[in-house]
Amino acid sequence: MDKKLLRLTVNKQEYEVYINPKALLVEVIRDYIGLTGTKRGCDTVSCGACTVMINGMSVKSCSVLAMQAEGAQITTIEGLEQNGKLAPIQKAFIDHGAYQCGFCAPGMIMSAQALLNENPHPTEWEIREGIEGNICRCTGYNSIVRAIDATAEGKYREDRS
Amino acid sequence: MISDFNYLKPGTLKEALAMFAEHDDCKVICGGQSLLIIMRQGMIAPEYLLDIKHVKELDYIKFDKNDGLKIGATTTHRSIEKSDVVKKNYPALVAMENKLASIQVRNWGTIGGNLAHADPAGDPAPVLIALKADIKVGSAKGDRAMSLEDFFVDYFETALDKGELVLEVQVPLPEPKTGAAYQKFNLLESDMGVVAVAASVTLNGGGKCKDARIILGNAGPTPKRVKRAEELLVGKAYDEGLFAEAGKIASEDCEPVADIHASEEHRRHLLGVLTKRMLKQAWEQARG
Repeated sequence: MDKKLLRLTVNKQEYEVYINPKALLVEVIRDYIGLTGTKRGCDTVSCGACTVMINGMSVKSCSVLAMQAEGAQITTIEGLEQNGKLAPIQKAFIDHGAYQCGFCAPGMIMSAQALLNENPHPTEWEIREGIEGNICRCTGYNSIVRAIDATAEGKYREDRS
Repeated sequence: MISDFNYLKPGTLKEALAMFAEHDDCKVICGGQSLLIIMRQGMIAPEYLLDIKHVKELDYIKFDKNDGLKIGATTTHRSIEKSDVVKKNYPALVAMENKLASIQVRNWGTIGGNLAHADPAGDPAPVLIALKADIKVGSAKGDRAMSLEDFFVDYFETALDKGELVLEVQVPLPEPKTGAAYQKFNLLESDMGVVAVAASVTLNGGGKCKDARIILGNAGPTPKRVKRAEELLVGKAYDEGLFAEAGKIASEDCEPVADIHASEEHRRHLLGVLTKRMLKQAWEQARG
């Protein structure tokens, strides 16, 4: 199989990789680029652990052909922190116990961030709808919803110091 | 494990149609939210994959009062859900899109791909048929349109000929005093429906039923109209007993299959209940 050249930007850094065109976006992010924060869960568009943003839109990277991300801006969980400081949503997740085993967290946080980018002041119902594509088997979701709500209320400011 | 394939990436629709005509064992990918799953399961292993995700000519939502709504095949579910003209003129379509899988899937998955995949549990088809939609398809040889109802042939099988792509979904402007409603039954919001029912009702000046459509989802190989129940409603006044009777017919005139999610008997029961509720909801909406 002829490998194809794929150019994409991940967390503001440009990459050129040669891949088999059947490679999925999650494979390129984890195995070629080496960013393993994005998790590979169900592989069937169900669990949301592999959620990343393509040009600001949340998608499940297990079900996007990497070749379709040609020229796109990808943001993964590693792209949220600034100068080694956690993003507000990440701090809120820690404070509210929204991490337990932590496997869903990278995808859950990317969905939450995509929601907040689009709708900075969501209602509780909108938060629950915003993470409908992400499954968590530990927390029962309430702590996650509280963490997102606290971020929306401005309790966690971005630390750019 | 996905089998190797040759990746074809056309830049324009013309190029896409030429490539599709040229290659024999070729599948089309757009959002791939359904296709990649069955490729990973090894159910299909095409030699060529034609990627039309970035064919921008097919990414549009157009509306005018005479021609109604036209949605290009590569338009994402999320664009439809967020479109102001769709919200204003086709609220049932937006309500359906809101419940289609998850936000991530709606961000990448497309309306043309959903219809061409022809999963009997797909959400858009029953609603679009209730709204009397047509579908435009085309190949390098030319375009043709058909009613969406005729597009579905069997499980995962459509009326598309070799070399034909889905190009556009066309939804006429609903007549005055028309209501439409859709509901699926599922355990998780973002799941596919165990069964689903779409209904539309148009009333005449006297408030009696002028026209009705009832479409069952995941109740057989294709989205299924219940014409016997539709005919029962025409000319009648609002009557909850009538809706229950239509529901009973719907539960009889269908071919649901039992699986891990529900038995056939349970599915028939659900179809009856949902038909009754959707008719009531559509009628009340039509009445205003």
